[in-house]
Amino acid sequence: MRCEIFCTPPVPIRNARRKTCENCHLPPSKPSPPTVSSKYPITAESSILALAAPFAASAHLLRVPPVTIRVSTNLSAVVEHIELFYGSQRIDPHNATTAFIDFDIAVLKGVGLRRIWRPQAHFLLDGLEPFLPLPCDQSAPLLEWGLNWCVASRPLGYLTIHAAVVAKGEEALVLPGFPGAGKSTLCASLVFLDDWRLLSDELTLLDIDSGTLHPHPRPINLKNRSIDIVSGFPGARIGPRYQDTRKGTVALAAPTVESVRAAEEPARCRWVVFPTYAPEEEAWCEELSRAEAFALIAEQSFNKDRLGESGFRAMCSMLDGARCYEIGYRSTEEALSLINDIRKAGS
Amino acid sequence: MTDAGSRHLIELLQHPAGAAQLAPPEWVQILSVARAANLVATLGERLAQSRITIPPAVQRHLVGATRLSARQHESVCWEAYQLARALKHLDIPVLLLKGSAYVLGALPVSRGRLFGDIDILVPRTALGQVEVAMMTKGWTSAKHDEYDQRYYRQWMHELPPMMNVRRGTVLDIHHTLLPLTSRHLPDPQLLIDASHALPGLEPLRIPAPEDLVIHSITHLFHEGELHNGLRDLFDIDGLVRYFATGAPDFWNRLLDRAEQLQLGYPLFLGLHFAARMLYTPVPATILETSSKRWSPATVRLTMLEWLYDKGLQPIHPICADQLTPLARWLLFMRAHWLRMPPHLLARHLSRKAWMKLIPAKPPAREATEPEILR
Repeated sequence: MRCEIFCTPPVPIRNARRKTCENCHLPPSKPSPPTVSSKYPITAESSILALAAPFAASAHLLRVPPVTIRVSTNLSAVVEHIELFYGSQRIDPHNATTAFIDFDIAVLKGVGLRRIWRPQAHFLLDGLEPFLPLPCDQSAPLLEWGLNWCVASRPLGYLTIHAAVVAKGEEALVLPGFPGAGKSTLCASLVFLDDWRLLSDELTLLDIDSGTLHPHPRPINLKNRSIDIVSGFPGARIGPRYQDTRKGTVALAAPTVESVRAAEEPARCRWVVFPTYAPEEEAWCEELSRAEAFALIAEQSFNKDRLGESGFRAMCSMLDGARCYEIGYRSTEEALSLINDIRKAGS
Repeated sequence: MTDAGSRHLIELLQHPAGAAQLAPPEWVQILSVARAANLVATLGERLAQSRITIPPAVQRHLVGATRLSARQHESVCWEAYQLARALKHLDIPVLLLKGSAYVLGALPVSRGRLFGDIDILVPRTALGQVEVAMMTKGWTSAKHDEYDQRYYRQWMHELPPMMNVRRGTVLDIHHTLLPLTSRHLPDPQLLIDASHALPGLEPLRIPAPEDLVIHSITHLFHEGELHNGLRDLFDIDGLVRYFATGAPDFWNRLLDRAEQLQLGYPLFLGLHFAARMLYTPVPATILETSSKRWSPATVRLTMLEWLYDKGLQPIHPICADQLTPLARWLLFMRAHWLRMPPHLLARHLSRKAWMKLIPAKPPAREATEPEILR
């Protein structure tokens, strides 16, 4: 089985039923065409809630810029997750009937035997299951990873790149997400230790028409050791730990209040930094040409090819106004210091 | 009649002016059904042409889809160019079918259409050469299982799908209109003879208007997997509206051609369902004539209406009821029944069921030589 969700080229996954893809963390996709889940009673009503009705589900309407989502769920872990990380982004139920919903999501418990024996959690978008289920105790990460998939793959006028992006005011720093780079820890350090606002830790959204980066602040994904590191940062709120996922132990850190408050204010890319965590070597910082940076960052784009010429031009103009660097660092402090030097060097 | 779920979408597609009064929750439903039907970009195009004001949050989705469709058009044109280069030296006619024909023929139905594969038809005698030519240009067979290979080569009307290793595009190479095992076989040479060449893209050709319509209808009503059924029906609706405009003899030519190809029955079904579900303006006389010549008995027709009213719905919870899975399964069986005589069908289905139970063999290390060359 190969992952064909985000991954280009598709990566092989062994023992697909239990494992998720190393690259995008999602369980493998179901064979096309998508089938209406025959396990859930089908009704003529339009709401996903109707599907979940027999299981006493609750619906939550959330504004997660730049989209509005409705999450229906009958899993308490998911409800707690929403209250912890998205409490301030709820939309007033009185406005619910007039709101336009970009993604109608449901995270539901497995039915039949799967309610009791090795219970599973299913992710549904518009009533259809795009990928295979995960164990129930990973239902909250499933919501996060599924939402990543929704935002990255739905054509909404954004070029989506697998990169973290933070900003000071309107000037943004993009950190492309090569594996092993320590991007998430570095992103968390910049946000909690150096007062950068979080635009996103996974999905950089470049508006094709305006050339600006649109914020999409969501919980930061942390793995294994970095959970302990970030727990020690002042102001960091870490959620529950999830064991035994494809990448080991996973936890989420809430974005800062300022990040969420400024979530409708776009920024312009001024710096692109490719970090490498290299504890054995001396720290280094090297400027890259825009052509080199383009080649590297294009590898991390989810949908540049599907956007054709407009995607190519958008990426070029994003880099036109930016300076690009590669850095190697041994510790968080060193990385922050290198980035500060880059910032002072101007754009 | 059609389920409420998709009826709203169909009405909006045929009369876009109705979009002005929609509330946001209605937009949510329409977009999700359109997405399931692969018709978002078509909806976007029709609304853009009608110049109705759409809320910006909704417009984002429509514009995103139309841009994707435009990008796929570029892709199809590029593939056609590559195809022409790959097959030019063989000196054989290569007929583009369905979606790629709509794009290369610059037909209005191609606007907003979302694509899967590229379909071509070549003379049966040239199949081996075509396959080798494609392989030298970086195309490989997408089905590795030996049984699948034999299924396609021996029984079906097409080679196993080929995939370009670099671009990932899938190419279906047909040599007849219907599988070799079908009960009757229309002569593909008739289509090739009536086709016209694409300037600058020799040897590619596009079928005549009547043939495009008849092929599209035949394909739809012999197809077992109908997840794109509604989109294909909209293709048929768009084609007949365009060809009939300013050509009053089109309908009679269509009937005569169907008679000639012995595909009158599928044509009747196509026109019947297009008029019934999409309000396609087929002249009453034409419907009457085709009904008289090719309509099945009332009981059978009622049965087919029940099946296709459900089967052509997009795969979406709103467009389904308790009996929809049964209808889809019966249509799947019908498609196989039409493709093969009973004894072959029984063998094929039991083989497929057996394959599902045992784990699949990994593909062989070396690519096997095409059977047709041995």
